[in-house]
Amino acid sequence: MFEELNRGFQLPTLKTFRNMSPLKRREMRDGLLFISPWLFGFLVFTLLPIIASLIFSFMDLKITDGILSTPDFVGLKNYQQMLNDPQIWTGGESGTAGSLWITIKFGLISLPVGIFVPLILALLMNSPNLKGSMFFRSAFYMPYIIPFVAAVFLWGGMLNPETGWINRALMAMGVPRAMVPNWANDVNWVYPTYVIMGIWGVGNAMLIMLAGLQGVPTSLYDAAKVDGANAWQSFRNVTFPMISPVIFYNLVLSVVFLFQYFLVPLVVNNGTGRPGGATMFYNLYLYKTFFTFQNMSYGSALAWLLFVLILIVTVFMFGTARYWVYYAGEGRA
Amino acid sequence: MNTVKLRTTWAIVTITGLTIILLVMFLSPFAFMVFTSLKTPEQITILGAPIWPAKPATYEYNGKEIEAFTVPMNTCAGSESDTSNKSLILIKKGLKESTFADPSDPDRGEFVCTVAWRSLDRPWQFAPTWANYKEVWNTINYPRLLWNTTFYAIATTIGVLISCTLVAYGFSRFDFPGRDFLFIVLISTIFLPAFVTVIPTYTFFQKIGWVGTWLPLIVPTFFANAFDTFLLRQYFMTIPRDMDEAAMIDGASRFRVLWSVLLPQSYPALLAIVVFHIVYAWNDFFGPLIYLSTNRDAWPISVALQTFNGIYGQKPQLIQAGALMALIAPLILFVLAQRFFVRGIVITGVEK
Repeated sequence: MFEELNRGFQLPTLKTFRNMSPLKRREMRDGLLFISPWLFGFLVFTLLPIIASLIFSFMDLKITDGILSTPDFVGLKNYQQMLNDPQIWTGGESGTAGSLWITIKFGLISLPVGIFVPLILALLMNSPNLKGSMFFRSAFYMPYIIPFVAAVFLWGGMLNPETGWINRALMAMGVPRAMVPNWANDVNWVYPTYVIMGIWGVGNAMLIMLAGLQGVPTSLYDAAKVDGANAWQSFRNVTFPMISPVIFYNLVLSVVFLFQYFLVPLVVNNGTGRPGGATMFYNLYLYKTFFTFQNMSYGSALAWLLFVLILIVTVFMFGTARYWVYYAGEGRA
Repeated sequence: MNTVKLRTTWAIVTITGLTIILLVMFLSPFAFMVFTSLKTPEQITILGAPIWPAKPATYEYNGKEIEAFTVPMNTCAGSESDTSNKSLILIKKGLKESTFADPSDPDRGEFVCTVAWRSLDRPWQFAPTWANYKEVWNTINYPRLLWNTTFYAIATTIGVLISCTLVAYGFSRFDFPGRDFLFIVLISTIFLPAFVTVIPTYTFFQKIGWVGTWLPLIVPTFFANAFDTFLLRQYFMTIPRDMDEAAMIDGASRFRVLWSVLLPQSYPALLAIVVFHIVYAWNDFFGPLIYLSTNRDAWPISVALQTFNGIYGQKPQLIQAGALMALIAPLILFVLAQRFFVRGIVITGVEK
């Protein structure tokens, strides 16, 4: 999907439009007519709201009991408040990290898991030694379609410190009762808990990586073998470059997803930030500002900070892509 | 030759065995859910109760149901040499010794064993209860939720299907200046954080009185989205243009070409979108949460299920029963339409 973004495009100039033949004009009119639902939707539900939230962020705008307050321009006040907001940067009284650092800290655990687990599963599914791989790939994908709230409840039960199967299994393996993790209620275990809950969503990435693996021409492996490459070398020099576009695709989507992560802490720890403020993710804070406290203007300022951050990170990732993502047929794109 | 064969057999057994173990661990929460949802509240509170739904064993004795205990037989009068444990029913409780009877050997009658009955384990009988499902069904008004969720899924799927087909056709079959730029804009919208657009949109819908109704969730789906448009456009591009052109020479309009030439050939991609979108809408939580939380009657199942955490925090059997009732529909759909899911993912993720 992202190759499309790397492909160059030319913005039409006025001259192009002026020099169009009647036939071309007709084609343009029809084409625009067919994409008009999206064009209209983009303007009304995307572009205008983006501009509106930028304007909101310079105002004082709240909803109280379903009634919108009279908007009032306050200049940079929301951004000043944001720069001094302990909840974002330092975590304030709770003594834990700020929301932004919580998000990044969680990403340091969840991103590697989100790439390596599906990659390993895909390699397993692609193994000639696996019998019934069609069945297995469906079965590993299946939890992906389970409603998110239900999945969180299932894992919440599995990871219940007293009655959950995970701690029962740990105790059966000889871990003393006092040593078993308190999972979602323990500051040190709550991120691993969320990561475990997230593993159920790997099915999508696994299938994409598997399709990438199946697209690697066997002749390349044969050539590597003739050159005397061992298994690791052939993975490093054949498999990895050939599937780097799908890894890149999953990495970018995971990062964009990470920056918007808040539904799991919202459901598992009721959006309270418990234990000890460790789960007050940036988007959870944003959600509470916007939805619970209905502060549209400060929420918009928070959303714009997020927007700029995601933009920087995405542009950075696409910038590094030229060094490690290999698009066959286009040289290094 | 034989050693090679042996080695591959060994590799198959190892890899397949490993995968089975991984899969069992991966899917074990389903077993947890089913088992827990079939347990009685009494079983939940007893420490050391089995993980499968069970109740303490009882036997009928002289017309009464009597509790059973696991007794070491060598403590009992008349069977001192028997080293096994047996399930006996407790007839008369005593501090140091109690009177028991053996349900598998009723002729033996009552006999005394020198054990403190309070320290004995109790045997468990497999005994699933369906009461949890009944309770959840009634508390959350399950038929109502099913209807709400189905309605939401169908309405939005129709919107996505119509709008994405038209837009994908426009992007794949028409050449006009600026098209590639617009397509890049379309794809870039997937990087946009939801809140940047949600806050003003919500404020606007609040102002025109749509908050609390289905409209803010359904109307925008009629204006196409990046993923489904991309999927359909990729599919359209694999269909040769010759047939379009033949149809146009015969006088077919552009819309007629889409309807009679492209769509009949695109049913795998269309079905992929339908199944994806039904599941997406069924599982959608954030949209209904912000737009419908004030209107209980319109809740879809995911929003209703979320409230369980607060109500039934101490009743895992009801939470798990509710979870099963929420996931059963997408699960059935997945089992029936697996291959369309797989194909759709491969098109979006791998193709250019």
